[in-house]
Amino acid sequence: MEMMRKERIDRGIKVRTEGIYAISSYREILYLMGPRLLLIVGVLVLPLFLELAPYWKRVINIMFVYSLLALAFDFLANYVGLVCLGGAFFVGVGGYLSAIFNVYLHFPIYVSIPLATILGAVFCTLTVLPCLPLRGVYFAIVTLMYPLLATRVIEALNILGGTNGITGVASFPHEYAEQYIIIIFMLLCLFGMRRFVNQDIGLVIRGVKDNDQAVRASGISITYMKTLAVFIASFMCCFGGAYIAHLYMWAGLSLFALDFSIIPIASVVIGGGGTLVGAVIGSFILVPLSEFLRFFGTFRIVIYCVALTAFIVLKSEGLMVYLQRKYHQFERWVKV
Amino acid sequence: MGKGMSDNIIISVKGISKSFGGLKALMDVSFDVRAGEIYGIIGPNGSGKTTLINCITGFIKPNAGHVSFKGHDITNLPPHKIAHMGIARTFQIMRPYYSLPAFKNLIVPLWSPRARKAGGWRGGGKHGDRDTVAVDILEEIGFERDSRVPYKLASTLPTGYQKRLELARCIALRPEIIFCDEVFSGLSMSEIASMLPLIEKLKMDGITLIMVEHRLRELFRVADRVMALNFGEKIAEGNYSEVIEDKRVKEAYLGSEEV
Repeated sequence: MEMMRKERIDRGIKVRTEGIYAISSYREILYLMGPRLLLIVGVLVLPLFLELAPYWKRVINIMFVYSLLALAFDFLANYVGLVCLGGAFFVGVGGYLSAIFNVYLHFPIYVSIPLATILGAVFCTLTVLPCLPLRGVYFAIVTLMYPLLATRVIEALNILGGTNGITGVASFPHEYAEQYIIIIFMLLCLFGMRRFVNQDIGLVIRGVKDNDQAVRASGISITYMKTLAVFIASFMCCFGGAYIAHLYMWAGLSLFALDFSIIPIASVVIGGGGTLVGAVIGSFILVPLSEFLRFFGTFRIVIYCVALTAFIVLKSEGLMVYLQRKYHQFERWVKV
Repeated sequence: MGKGMSDNIIISVKGISKSFGGLKALMDVSFDVRAGEIYGIIGPNGSGKTTLINCITGFIKPNAGHVSFKGHDITNLPPHKIAHMGIARTFQIMRPYYSLPAFKNLIVPLWSPRARKAGGWRGGGKHGDRDTVAVDILEEIGFERDSRVPYKLASTLPTGYQKRLELARCIALRPEIIFCDEVFSGLSMSEIASMLPLIEKLKMDGITLIMVEHRLRELFRVADRVMALNFGEKIAEGNYSEVIEDKRVKEAYLGSEEV
């Protein structure tokens, strides 16, 4: 019997667009720009379509926040080797800081959000610093404790509004401002991170994941590199938290909810780890799906789980990895 | 060797001891290495050779003893500070940065503060420059520039190239000393034969090499002096013939005559 084997070959156009020939014709340029433009233009015109379905505006805003969190998780897990379950902690810190600046110190919204993002990232990095020597599942478990700890501390000491939270946080001046701030920040983070991980410093950070001992033997402090990575990730998450606080005009204990840690992980699994854009696409699927399933009442969690399981079993590599492969390569059967 | 050379000690190890629980891995090991020489460390399996390297390069803290490099005490410094001073090392188990192409593996040492400070043709510069420098170093160490080998994913390279990559990672740091942990093991005779001129070239460039090795015949072709370890103790030191004729070295490798 003849044995057949599936062979994958790069498309001619993929090989051509790797060098200077990328700008040789519109076809090559379109091949490179097409998918990126589709995403950019798609999310930019999304708010205009949402005029038809106002109920979904809030959902879509939260969806972009989740895509930021997923991006941060994907970066930490697949490029630095830190599986961080503390996303909720970062969100909570950003949200509470922004509320403090806005309500207690009367900073306007365009000062409180940037300030909360930067100072929140510094605060988060400093608090995570002691566990950076941990690796793998140990780091994951310890970071999972951070949001739980923060909740208990606020409850027990009854500070920052206690269980009621901080109310009266300023809202965004305009609905479009509300939507476009998060969209543009997400796009900047996505394309910024893609660029960053291929810079020399990004390669060093990826080296920490592959072989941290060799990085130390090369005269580079791995603690410094990990600190930098955690700062970048928590920067994105703190912005998301500050944004949510102003969106809901309230900062409360639910900002530390484990949803903010867990849903990004599911998004990365669905979208495909290590692709960055996959994390974003994954949350574009998961968050609206979760909202859509409200229709089924309490039964929705079952459907949600079935959908997730089906995805993991049938396309375990992740959606984006699959799509990129189809886009760049073709398959054919050859005789062995 | 001239008279002045004998004083030119670059690294001095005094009374290093290390035990893991009840197991004494190293007991009071001392030796000096002169600048520019190739110093071999031999010994049977489990005699403490790799532990000794780990102690010197800071990956393990010794229980007692001191290491000084050009007069500075480096005993309790973290590994990256020791590497920053110019002490590079290879690892016995090759672990390249799997997800990167071979030449991108060298970006890590080239990006390090030491290499960037050194500047020049091997150091810093812009993004593109570092890539060029990386390919230059790989070519120097036997990756054919015009082949696809330097651009292949590190995980797909054959063993011989991975060993060279380990060494290239050290060279990219512009070190003064390289600790080679069994660079010959797992290589075929012809691969070793092509590695030997490389080792000699590094010596010509003024780099001090300390080589831990199982393959004695190959080691003796390049090493100036050799030390033998057995069960964590230094049992002999000297040139090739002195060490090979030593009674305790023979016993360690072949067993003693009286049973």
